Amino acid sequence: MISKRVINQFKKHKLGVIGLWIVVGLYIIMIFSDFFAPYSYMTTHSNVTYAPPSKIHFFHDGKFMGPFVYGFKKERDPVTFLLKFEEDRSKIYKIELFVKGEEYNFYGLKANIHFFGIKVDPQETMILLFGADRFGRDIFSRTLVGSKVSLTASLLGTAISLLIGAIMGAISGYYGGAIDVLIQRFIEVLSSFPRIPLWLALSVILPPNWPSTWVYFGIIVVLSLIGWTGVARVVRGMTLSLKEKEFIVAAKVSGVKDMKIITSHILPNMSSYLIVVATLSIPGMILGESTISFLGLGIKEPMTSWGLLLKEAQSLTEIAVHPWLIIPGFFIMISVLAFNFLGDGLRDAIDPYRTSEKV
Amino acid sequence: MSNLTSFIVRRLLIMIPTMFIISIICFVITELQPGDFLSQYLDNPRISPEQIEALRNELGLDKPAHYRYFLWLKNIVTKFDFGYSFSYQRPVFDLIWERMGWTIGISLLTILLQWLIAIPLGIFSAFNQYSFLDYMFSLIAFIGISLPEFFLALVLMFFALNSGYMYIGGLFSPDFLGAPWSFAKFVDLLKHLWIPLIVIGVSGIGGLYRVMRANLLDVINAPFITVLRARGLNESTVRKHAIKNALNPLVSIAGMELPNVFSGTIIASIVLNLPTIGPFFYNALLNHDQYLVMSFLMLIAFITQVGNLLADISLALLDPRIRIA
Repeated sequence: MISKRVINQFKKHKLGVIGLWIVVGLYIIMIFSDFFAPYSYMTTHSNVTYAPPSKIHFFHDGKFMGPFVYGFKKERDPVTFLLKFEEDRSKIYKIELFVKGEEYNFYGLKANIHFFGIKVDPQETMILLFGADRFGRDIFSRTLVGSKVSLTASLLGTAISLLIGAIMGAISGYYGGAIDVLIQRFIEVLSSFPRIPLWLALSVILPPNWPSTWVYFGIIVVLSLIGWTGVARVVRGMTLSLKEKEFIVAAKVSGVKDMKIITSHILPNMSSYLIVVATLSIPGMILGESTISFLGLGIKEPMTSWGLLLKEAQSLTEIAVHPWLIIPGFFIMISVLAFNFLGDGLRDAIDPYRTSEKV
Repeated sequence: MSNLTSFIVRRLLIMIPTMFIISIICFVITELQPGDFLSQYLDNPRISPEQIEALRNELGLDKPAHYRYFLWLKNIVTKFDFGYSFSYQRPVFDLIWERMGWTIGISLLTILLQWLIAIPLGIFSAFNQYSFLDYMFSLIAFIGISLPEFFLALVLMFFALNSGYMYIGGLFSPDFLGAPWSFAKFVDLLKHLWIPLIVIGVSGIGGLYRVMRANLLDVINAPFITVLRARGLNESTVRKHAIKNALNPLVSIAGMELPNVFSGTIIASIVLNLPTIGPFFYNALLNHDQYLVMSFLMLIAFITQVGNLLADISLALLDPRIRIA
């Protein structure tokens, strides 16, 4: 279990601690994403289609003003006929905190206070930290709100694969014999497929006319159907060694039912290892969701996720003309990195002999 | 040796029922897809429902699922015929075979690159544990593991475009596409090739580096290394022994490497427009080209099985401590 020794050991792992703080930060931002986002993630603004990220200034004509953005004017490039956004230095919009803006739905409550923003009608000028997409939606807001899908799908997917994996692994290790052979063969067959083709093939099964929420849960099922085998393998190995221990034998002799032994004696005894396995499988889930959505087989508009946001940047032309479309990708990278750090630190603290290495 | 031979024979025999179960899984997965190849024509006003029915009959899609499955299986076993692609109107086997060249070529090159970079760096890091460079490499390896392939591809394309680099996407410049092989064409290929190799290879490099470093650290602290030192062997000989022992377990990773890199090419090829089997598989999935999808999944599963078997065999040959049960 998580003891003082484990906590002290974890604190020594600097990258692990950094990972933990980043993960905590990401989830706080995720929970309040609609509030931190300066605009509603769905509202389109035709005046700012493909507007580049706004620059934040502090000095106007050498005078300190605090953080502000200039307005913009649009011009057509005489050669390429592309719209160009130029800063209009005559208009100054101060960045303020707790600004009234576009209405959003905050877990059932209608709200319109945003953490920061500029006090001007968005149809006129917007503060676009990451630029705007082809519908003039604020990519920064969409990235923040997109974390809801990317960060919760991976968590739920891990929870389900942990559940399936723990049960299958424990049954396989505890009973042994024919059941064990059967489950192990099945796991072997499933792991004969590399993950990416299987992700794609399974996510095509989700009907295209499903509503977004169903697709979201469908993807979670797809991810966990593939993810549980690694957990099952670790749990089986640990069950094999645990079931010979005296306290399990004692429970058996006293007539405790098999299922009761598994659920209240075997699995709780490996809970700390399960935490490590779970943390280390989250990055794969995040990558899975974003890969599926990136290829257009996952989350669909108007919902948003990090993978779906990057889908906009799929062509060479987009990268050349609107490079800011790839910014959401850094969030995938940072969250995966943070979970990897955290998992590594937890493993070193809980499991110094690395029984949970192979997931 | 006879022990090993019987092991190989047994494993090969097990592969037959395993591949049979895999074929069922492949069929069920493709069968569960909503609609079939002809659904895309349903909305097309130029094609009448009667024509679709006729086509369905012609393609055999009106038969019940189990009938189609066993027919497919029978043709594989008796005629080595993996079925017919609906959209290409050609045998699936030929279609996959044509695209295998680049896929295998790029995969093998990537694996070579991964081992050439990751192993020496892992060895260096283990012998210089807690040094500045060790920390740097470990951090970079972590980032490499955490980068989604498609994102890395987009970022590299962005930097390449911004620096005015012309050789992005595909494997050849348009001038060389149909041209016969020449030195200039080869150079052109190399200019295109490095971006895909990095994109496909980076996560593998990071993973391999970490395993190599951890393995070697375990070996360095093993008692037999202390014994070697106590006997007065010079440091370079000790290191040689340590590295040799740390490399052995990597063989089992090598078995999984080919199928992993192979499937890694799928995403990279879609983003970077490479002529591998990846985009082909993706399109077949979207078009419900059932036999193509099934055969491709079967192929990848088969490669994994063979890779694992080869890894086990070479591990047994390399490491006398491993007994084959």
